[in-house]
Amino acid sequence: MGRIKTIARRSFLVGSAAILGGVAFGTYMYKREVENPLEAGLAPGEVTFNPFVKIDAQGVTLITPRADVGQGAYSIQAHLIAEELDVDLDQVRIEPGPPSAAYYNGVVAAEGMPIAATSDSMMARAGRGASDVLGKLMGLQLTGGSTTVPDMYDRLRLAGAVARETLIAAAAEQTGLPKDQLRTQAGAVVLPDGTALAYTDLSSVAAEIPVVQDVSLRDPSSWRHLGKPHMRTDMLAKSTGTQSYGIDMQMEGMLHATTRTNPALGGGILGFDPGEAEGMRGVKAIVPITGGIAVVADNTWRAFQAAQAVSCDWGPSPYIGDTEDQFAAAAASFTEDAQDSRFKDEGDVVAALEGAADVLEAEYRIPYLAHAPLEPMSAMVLLSADRLDIWTGTQIPRFMQQAAAAIAGLEPDQVHVHALMSGGSFGRRLEDDYVRQAVEIALQLPDVPIKMVWSREEDMTHDFPRPLAVARARGAVSDGAVEAFDLSIAAPSVTASSLARLGQPAMGPDVAIVAGAWDQPFGIPNYRVTGYRVPPMVPVSSWRSVGASGNGFLHESFLDELCHAAAVDPLAERLRLCSHDVSRKVLETVGEMSGWGSDLGPGRGRGIAFTLAFGVPVAQVVEVTDVQGAIRIDKVFVAADVGRVLDPVNFEAQLAGGVIWGLGHAMNCEITYRDGVAEQDNFHAFEGMRLYQTPQIEVRGLENGDKIKGIGEPGVPPAAPALGNAIFAATGQRIRTLPFANHIDFL
Amino acid sequence: MKLIVNGKTHEVDVEDDMPLLWVLRDELGITGPKYGCGIAQCGACTVHVDGISVRSCQLAAADVDGEITTIEGLGNPLALHAVQEAWMEHQVAQCGYCQSGQIMQAASFLALNPAPTDDQIDAAMSGNLCRCGTYPRIRAAVKTAASRL
Repeated sequence: MGRIKTIARRSFLVGSAAILGGVAFGTYMYKREVENPLEAGLAPGEVTFNPFVKIDAQGVTLITPRADVGQGAYSIQAHLIAEELDVDLDQVRIEPGPPSAAYYNGVVAAEGMPIAATSDSMMARAGRGASDVLGKLMGLQLTGGSTTVPDMYDRLRLAGAVARETLIAAAAEQTGLPKDQLRTQAGAVVLPDGTALAYTDLSSVAAEIPVVQDVSLRDPSSWRHLGKPHMRTDMLAKSTGTQSYGIDMQMEGMLHATTRTNPALGGGILGFDPGEAEGMRGVKAIVPITGGIAVVADNTWRAFQAAQAVSCDWGPSPYIGDTEDQFAAAAASFTEDAQDSRFKDEGDVVAALEGAADVLEAEYRIPYLAHAPLEPMSAMVLLSADRLDIWTGTQIPRFMQQAAAAIAGLEPDQVHVHALMSGGSFGRRLEDDYVRQAVEIALQLPDVPIKMVWSREEDMTHDFPRPLAVARARGAVSDGAVEAFDLSIAAPSVTASSLARLGQPAMGPDVAIVAGAWDQPFGIPNYRVTGYRVPPMVPVSSWRSVGASGNGFLHESFLDELCHAAAVDPLAERLRLCSHDVSRKVLETVGEMSGWGSDLGPGRGRGIAFTLAFGVPVAQVVEVTDVQGAIRIDKVFVAADVGRVLDPVNFEAQLAGGVIWGLGHAMNCEITYRDGVAEQDNFHAFEGMRLYQTPQIEVRGLENGDKIKGIGEPGVPPAAPALGNAIFAATGQRIRTLPFANHIDFL
Repeated sequence: MKLIVNGKTHEVDVEDDMPLLWVLRDELGITGPKYGCGIAQCGACTVHVDGISVRSCQLAAADVDGEITTIEGLGNPLALHAVQEAWMEHQVAQCGYCQSGQIMQAASFLALNPAPTDDQIDAAMSGNLCRCGTYPRIRAAVKTAASRL
């Protein structure tokens, strides 16, 4: 990392203008320095060096703007700053900060572009540069796409280094000692005689001198925290019940609310009769909201009870209402008109299939899936004449701020979003529907804090699910090798559906329809992946690993079929076809970890799958046993390469959690609709994985990649196909429609 | 009605059928026990009544017959229970929302069965859902705690 000269006092220019060649818009706007939101409210003697570090009456505060939804984002962001700032994390405050354009995400937009992770072409580089421009111009403050680490790796370390060097300069100013005789340790500048000047005592001097612009980042070989196991900053609170989530927020005089909206999605409400609900104990108000009603009471349970007692006249869902018809609509979308993308088209698939002695054909189906984080959607709101406060967990604080302002008739800067820890998300909190509802309630009951909490049933039946998909695959083999692979995927567009709700345009093809399939590092001679866009049905959204969550299953299951048809070993054939060294090492590693090729004994089988998603190659081997017709998952081996592992303990947790997420939903879960109503409304019908089904999971992190990447999502996509391929190996049964449990029993 | 929670007696005026969970959370402001499903499917609301784990979302407050312990009463950040120490050591939590319930379930289970087999651990802990997938570390932490109790 070179010297950084673009950091000016109270501003922080990030991103690399050098790779902007070819981007035709907004150069001036892009280069303009972003405002530092921490300047507001600073008292004399308090100082902020950039949007991520301030020293005020409370002490040193680190701002960790990416949402923590369980993936450890707060902790890793704090460690990135602390590594350069030289503070101990138990000495400082860690806050998520306000909504601000300064906290834009510079890499997430690239996930929507057809850029293969393995590509370093001029187009790929221009696209990644454009992502930074777009993120900055939009002030795109968003947590998702496993981007927190790649986006923040340099920015937060620079923020820490700038603050450190400026504090050293302040100490030099105060003591008259030369800077090179000063060092920093544990929140203090240390003088040659060992005297420690606390950062907090240097703030008033630091506030008066120019920020040090010339800083360099420490070489990883000298890191004290990063790259080594560390204790997550939230672990003690989460082990003692003292972590406060959005749903736990308490305020003096607050009321409790819940909503009940039409279970037939999008159907709206024609009218309602409060009936006996009005007289039920503790009920304060029953008010209309978009699509339904809200009950405000003095206790959540009383609000739940009363909401069920209201008689509602629901309208019919405008969407295709039954899942069999939804699948039929997808199956009818393999048409020229509906073709959305063909980013992968190598060799001559048509000729290869026409010339093949045998063409293998298969149809695959994957279902809708709910996010169902364990903390149901909730938000605390307080509306007064010229101010709206919102306390909740969110991955999109600025979009939420704008949406809430529009509903409340306020300017965005009158809306104060206080981000709280989320009890899971998996993409659910990329939506702000629950906050819109809470604001609608507050408009009818201003000047009183209202905590709105959804019932689990309301949550699960009003999710924006991962979309279903139908895939048609054709392929051919010859001489013990995969010769042709032609995968067509028909799915509704997550990107168009989500962006429409955020009031943003979605142009061009949707990469999510084919992500994790079109961009795989295999040199199959005749290789084509085509996306077809199914017309919008029920609204859909990003679900942990987004398009790759299902496409990994489609690609890797069919590749396994072709390997078996060619009578070649599925790992050996992937290694032969692999055109990317970093990915090849991941495959070799999982082979070695799992003892691939050794005899497992009767009734047992192992399957392998590989997906490169979010820039991270991940390979998994699943071992299963057929116990009198029921499958037991014994063990899973996982290898992944994120370029650099910043915290091996959390890396292992995220990867193992991704495997469990991928396996549990593939085994047990689907959301189906009848008349537009989700048929699964609680965990008895949609439970993911439970402990008794959890296999042993062995994880290994590799560091051969040249870019640092995040690990929250990439573990998910290969899990389902590795399991399906293992079931085939053990039983000879090829399951092409998820969930597996509709076709085979699990122990 | 009278409820003894974490050693302290509370007088509450609620309907007989209000689940204990909502008395704890909304009437007494004790938020360690979490709401996840309301139908005893997830275990996030697990508390102890006289040391035995119960799903507080399914136990009517009027039916409580004994002293209630929530995670706040099991230990605290300055004095951890052995199960909480093991949870820290293994860094079990991700989002952490289920962990109050997991810890209360494990503490009750280990009090009754201090030397469990792997199968017994699986059986005892499978009623507690974790959406993040912390199960391998839950298993390991229960074993660590068992070795110290």
